[in-house]
Amino acid sequence: MIEQLQQGTVEWGRATFALTALYHFLFVPLTLGLSFIIAFMESMYVKTGNDEWKKITKFWMKLFGINFAIGVATGLILEFEFGTHWANYSWLVGDIFGAPLAIEGLFAFFLEATFFAVMFFGWDRVSKGFHLFSTWVVAVGSNLSAFWILVANGWMQNPVGTHFNPDTMRNEMLSFLEVALSPTAIDKFAHTTAAGFIVSSLFVMGISAWFILKKRNLRLSRVSIVTASTFGLLATMFIILTGDKSAHDVAHTQPAKLAAMEALYDGDSGVGITAIGYLNPNKKLGDKEPEFIGPTVELPFALSLLSFHDFNAYIPGMNDLVYGNKERGVMSASERIEKGKKAIEDLRSYKKAKESGDKLAADAYLASFRENEKHFGYGFLKNPEEIIPPVGITFYSFHLMVGLGFYLLVLFAVVLHFSMIHALENQKWLLWIVFLSFPLGWVATEAGWIVAEVGRQPWAIQDMLPVSIASTIIDTGSVIAAFFLFAALFTILAIAELGIMIAQIRKFREEDHV
Amino acid sequence: MFNQLDMLTLQMYWWVIVSLLAGLLVFMFFVQGGQTLLWQIGRTEEEKTMIVNSLGRKWELGYTTLVLFGGAMFAAFPLFYSVSFGGAFWVWLSILFSFSIQAVAYEFRKKPNNFLGAKGYETFLLINGILGVILIGTAVATMFSGANFERGEFNFSIWKHPLRGLEAAFNLFNVLLGIALFFLARTMGAMYFLNNIDDEVIRERSRKEVGINFAAFLPVFLIFAVWLLLRSGVDTSSTMPAMQPYKYALSLVQMPAVAILLLTGVAIVLYGVYATWFQNSKNGLWFTGPGAVLTVFSVLLLAGLNHASFYPSNADIKSSLTIQNASSSRFTLVTMSYVSLFVPVVLGYIAIVWRAMDSKKITREEGQNPDSSAY
Repeated sequence: MIEQLQQGTVEWGRATFALTALYHFLFVPLTLGLSFIIAFMESMYVKTGNDEWKKITKFWMKLFGINFAIGVATGLILEFEFGTHWANYSWLVGDIFGAPLAIEGLFAFFLEATFFAVMFFGWDRVSKGFHLFSTWVVAVGSNLSAFWILVANGWMQNPVGTHFNPDTMRNEMLSFLEVALSPTAIDKFAHTTAAGFIVSSLFVMGISAWFILKKRNLRLSRVSIVTASTFGLLATMFIILTGDKSAHDVAHTQPAKLAAMEALYDGDSGVGITAIGYLNPNKKLGDKEPEFIGPTVELPFALSLLSFHDFNAYIPGMNDLVYGNKERGVMSASERIEKGKKAIEDLRSYKKAKESGDKLAADAYLASFRENEKHFGYGFLKNPEEIIPPVGITFYSFHLMVGLGFYLLVLFAVVLHFSMIHALENQKWLLWIVFLSFPLGWVATEAGWIVAEVGRQPWAIQDMLPVSIASTIIDTGSVIAAFFLFAALFTILAIAELGIMIAQIRKFREEDHV
Repeated sequence: MFNQLDMLTLQMYWWVIVSLLAGLLVFMFFVQGGQTLLWQIGRTEEEKTMIVNSLGRKWELGYTTLVLFGGAMFAAFPLFYSVSFGGAFWVWLSILFSFSIQAVAYEFRKKPNNFLGAKGYETFLLINGILGVILIGTAVATMFSGANFERGEFNFSIWKHPLRGLEAAFNLFNVLLGIALFFLARTMGAMYFLNNIDDEVIRERSRKEVGINFAAFLPVFLIFAVWLLLRSGVDTSSTMPAMQPYKYALSLVQMPAVAILLLTGVAIVLYGVYATWFQNSKNGLWFTGPGAVLTVFSVLLLAGLNHASFYPSNADIKSSLTIQNASSSRFTLVTMSYVSLFVPVVLGYIAIVWRAMDSKKITREEGQNPDSSAY
């Protein structure tokens, strides 16, 4: 049955998921962060009773609502795509993966859906206090929903708390707490929500800077820029810390991803980081070509230090992972593939023996299967080289993300400094930089997702399930048609959203609103 | 406490939850029904805006119920998620399309520079109201009429029909349920306007629509119900699944509690309409809605309980899905059962917020007030 899976179906299924996820994540970060910024502003309104704060709150809330709608639309598609495009995946790991999705729906989405209505229609229907409470609930609910979906994603990167049940032929959950509180999941949550706060801060700062440059809505812009740069600075410091934790986690659970992120072909002790470099496009696994062309900027020992908190730690390179390194105890991919194939065979024999009532043989096959179980997923791979994700895109996305992270740290700090000494409005150059930097938060977060997901290839579930068998068994034509339908829908919605946002920002005059 | 339950009881518990969610989803279809009445009840721009603002504070609840229904199915019966969503690819994608356009329609409709114009987004609402509801009805009906799939090694499934699920829309039995739901949704939509909008003109038109749409709903639903009771269904009480004549009628006899629930549900639906039509009540929705929940709930119980197959395979009867062979592991079911204890909490806060928001009805005057009319 697996033979009926077409390679094109898998590739187009991946493209569809990537399209939906990248698109979805244009809107989610704003929901995650803007909701808290608005909640803070409304708290100030309730505390001071000053209508200026209400005006500011309502302006940002309007933009929040426009953005929220489109995040909801794409979120629904993402959830169901696991079923429509990744049917085999849904069965093989649904026992674990379905739970956080259902919990997200019950615990988070209903909070958002219920209290969102109060936020937008409740100003004169409920008390000030209840309205403020609703705004906070929406902020918490959005971030709670991020938590559960990132638990699900974290589990794909590092499948803990689970085992393969040979009787049902699928993976089953052993410990809910291990899944929900896995360090990978917690890191992901911390890193991703912080990214959302940064994107939102840049969004608020960018629009405010534009207002100041246009000499309009100055009161709103001053307040907003101070709030956002403080929020952004804290979030950037936090994201750098969580990034360090993520690197540590990837080093332990996804060595091939780490090697690709750093274009590390040959492993060593005391490995540094190539902070800036141009990859040699002719470099292949196993050859002696140089990794980079031209000058590079190196940070010595940095990778070992970040990954294992030890200057001299050994980090396996891609060649070690593919071809093995006996001295360092790294098993080659071909050996793992062999063991994986053996596990699959044992599983088939176990099933047959069980059906024919031969308990003794069944037990023996099962014991043999358990020996090789951790290599099971490798049995579905064809070539050892497949275990390495695309290096170029992983490397450049990672470096772009990190570089932007440090740039934004400086930007937030400088803007906050000039705001605090009330000198921002005279620094036209800075206002222009802020305005032009406003898409960079999105660039960094999307690059981060590319590192996480492309860097995970060829696995849908790390070491357990390759994407090549996770897909739905369906003709490639249907998946291609669906891809273009989605692409068309998303493009139309994006044009609409952008147009509406720009119009709302342009027409806003703080004098006109209460 | 769930730890002590045996596997079958847990599976039944989860089928009950899923059926309840389906019932609540159908109740929330009053939003979709209301969307299809936009032009009939709202004849001026002002009236349309009142209707959109009225539905606009409720649509997310229905949408979220759909998401939760999917999530609960995934967590409790992952094999259904895999077989049906992947197999009936085009039906589910069409449903997704019709709901994702709903999500933007309310927010974008009246905003300047919205690319498609107000008419474009109103068309989105109409598509969602018609196509979304009819297709979901059609897909749910396949839980009785079956689908074309086969399960193989690792429980990977293959769909045996080139239309990938759209073939269900060419089966009269399935379409009847879709159409019945469509008219029920419109009936409830009109009832919601009666309850939520304080305006004589809109109330007059809404009351009329309740009558018209219920008159259309009743015969279609009755034909579907009789057909359901007369049809055979897969029975899995012996080792080999087999077709059993009058499966669902027998189930009603063997599970009298479900029969009572079903009749009670139908009676409450009827009372809601009676109260609206003959007693001029504005609260018909509070009967017809919960009545619809009970009715759908008990119909879906028939699909999953009493050794029935809740997703029969017409291509290979052995591949049919039951609550036993499609469910999650015991561990996951127990864990999720504890999670399910929060369902009443969620329903509770929804009810509180609903009351708080609806205590002041929508009027023509408030359209001018930016604090109460967001769309």
